[in-house]
Amino acid sequence: MSDFTIYGAGVMGLCVATELMARGASVRLIDPAQSGGAACSWWAGGMLAPFCEFESAEEPVLRHGQAAMDWWQQHTAVTRAGTLVLALGRDRGELARFARRTHGAVAVNGPDIAALEPDLAGRFDQALFFGAEAHLNPRPALAALRAGLQAKGAQFGGDAQGQMIDCRGLAARDVLPDLRGVRGEMLVLRQPEIALARPVRLLHPRVPIYLVPRGDGVFMLGATMIESDRRGVVTARSVLELLSAAYALHPAFGEAEILETGADARPAFPDNLPRIGRVGDRLYANGLYRHGYLLAPAVAQQLADHITNGSRPEFWHETDDQR
Amino acid sequence: MPVFYGTEVASPLMLGTAGYPSPAILAEAFALSGAGIATVSLRREAGHGLGGGQDFLRLVEGLGVRLLPNTAGCHTAREAITTAQMARELLGTDWIKLEVIGATDLLAPDVFALVEAAGELSAQGFKVFPYCTEDLSVCERLLRAGCEVLMPWGAPIGSGLGLAHPQGLRALRAGFAEVPLVVDAGIGLPSHAAAAMEMGFDAVLLNTAVAKAGDPAQMARAMALALEAGRAAHRADPIEPRQMAVPSTPVIGKAFLA
Repeated sequence: MSDFTIYGAGVMGLCVATELMARGASVRLIDPAQSGGAACSWWAGGMLAPFCEFESAEEPVLRHGQAAMDWWQQHTAVTRAGTLVLALGRDRGELARFARRTHGAVAVNGPDIAALEPDLAGRFDQALFFGAEAHLNPRPALAALRAGLQAKGAQFGGDAQGQMIDCRGLAARDVLPDLRGVRGEMLVLRQPEIALARPVRLLHPRVPIYLVPRGDGVFMLGATMIESDRRGVVTARSVLELLSAAYALHPAFGEAEILETGADARPAFPDNLPRIGRVGDRLYANGLYRHGYLLAPAVAQQLADHITNGSRPEFWHETDDQR
Repeated sequence: MPVFYGTEVASPLMLGTAGYPSPAILAEAFALSGAGIATVSLRREAGHGLGGGQDFLRLVEGLGVRLLPNTAGCHTAREAITTAQMARELLGTDWIKLEVIGATDLLAPDVFALVEAAGELSAQGFKVFPYCTEDLSVCERLLRAGCEVLMPWGAPIGSGLGLAHPQGLRALRAGFAEVPLVVDAGIGLPSHAAAAMEMGFDAVLLNTAVAKAGDPAQMARAMALALEAGRAAHRADPIEPRQMAVPSTPVIGKAFLA
């Protein structure tokens, strides 16, 4: 007999299950998908970059994002090496604006860049360094949560029992009509000739493009932001834009192997902030937008606290008929 | 207030819907801007050719202002015509902001393809709002092609440079006194928008200056105020500049020592 049944085993559902079990509850997870690729968190970059994200994100992202680094470190490998922010050619003026709208940016020069990332030596003469940021590898992180849950006796699949908790992401649109999809596309490249110690962001007037090192010469290159709920295949244009950025960062990426392409739709509410609430007899947590790994721990903790001691979550959302 | 194709709109501000931090901020910016028209790109935002952009269209329709779909990102007349037809079907409007890009670096209009597409779309019953340069002969050809409004650029799209060629814009205003004129693109600051209105332009179309400001809603409000100031100033018939000082209080008859 489980106390809780969680629908959806992406980053949201796994974090909620982890937090509930830490409070002594028994948990069952139900997800129709057999492989991780059905959750958009499978395709994520895994940057824990609350300071950079603050450029366009609301304040809670900055606040909870910092605690998220410690949370993830308890469950999976987290690399705390900061983020390097670069601008190409004519977009150089964007660096000043980005520094103004973020927190904790340190302006660095050519020799600093060479010291941080030797493979980029001589290619850029100014950049911003956010030393307090981190990154993780999403797929092992999800697998670690899953393994931790299994070790503690969580059930996967089977029949729903107890309180239902909806963590289905965009699939929950049938009960959360405010939810929309924001499409993101990514590639996984292998170029063993280049080593990066940390995520590198390229400022761009339209799309923030980033490369996250995954080790062994493998890089995740992302991500587009398109107001569309279309999932699945990537478009030629998006691949062209992403690869052009990587090539401009270092021409050796022109010779990289493309290991994978992927696209999915991020679940988002109108203010791009998550919500915790109740519809009918089920609780839900949803709307992580592009901040799945940054916000899922805080949302999960708030939901678990609400369940165990009745506290009102910061992200609580009441519909008009519940007020 | 400006009248386009026989329809009066509520405000001289035409505001774009792309690139805001969130739909909630987009809605707040529109509320504070009082914009009469929202432009919307059918090509990328709606995942053109992919399906799946319905959420965003529904959101933009929810703003409660008249929609002006555009053909942003089209590089040929054929592409622009197809996008316009799709927009008419999806949004149920025959208004179309026609954008055909020539030089990619400047996102400058390809005026030849523009005139060609404007002619064909007008013949198909569209009410075309052409994004053009301030060239008088190009504008003349657009009018002949069936356009009843002209939208010359202030400066390249998204550049925020303001009115790069004010004399050309003044010449256009003087040359087409009866045609509704809109400065489209290049606005960075409220003062740029006010300057266009002071010249006698009927409206201003902008997007990036608001969407990419640190506080989009406050910038939207600032733009609305500037447009109102510029419009009132134009109607108030400004004084002519002159080289010598003119005292605002007459000195004749007063006791003064020279």
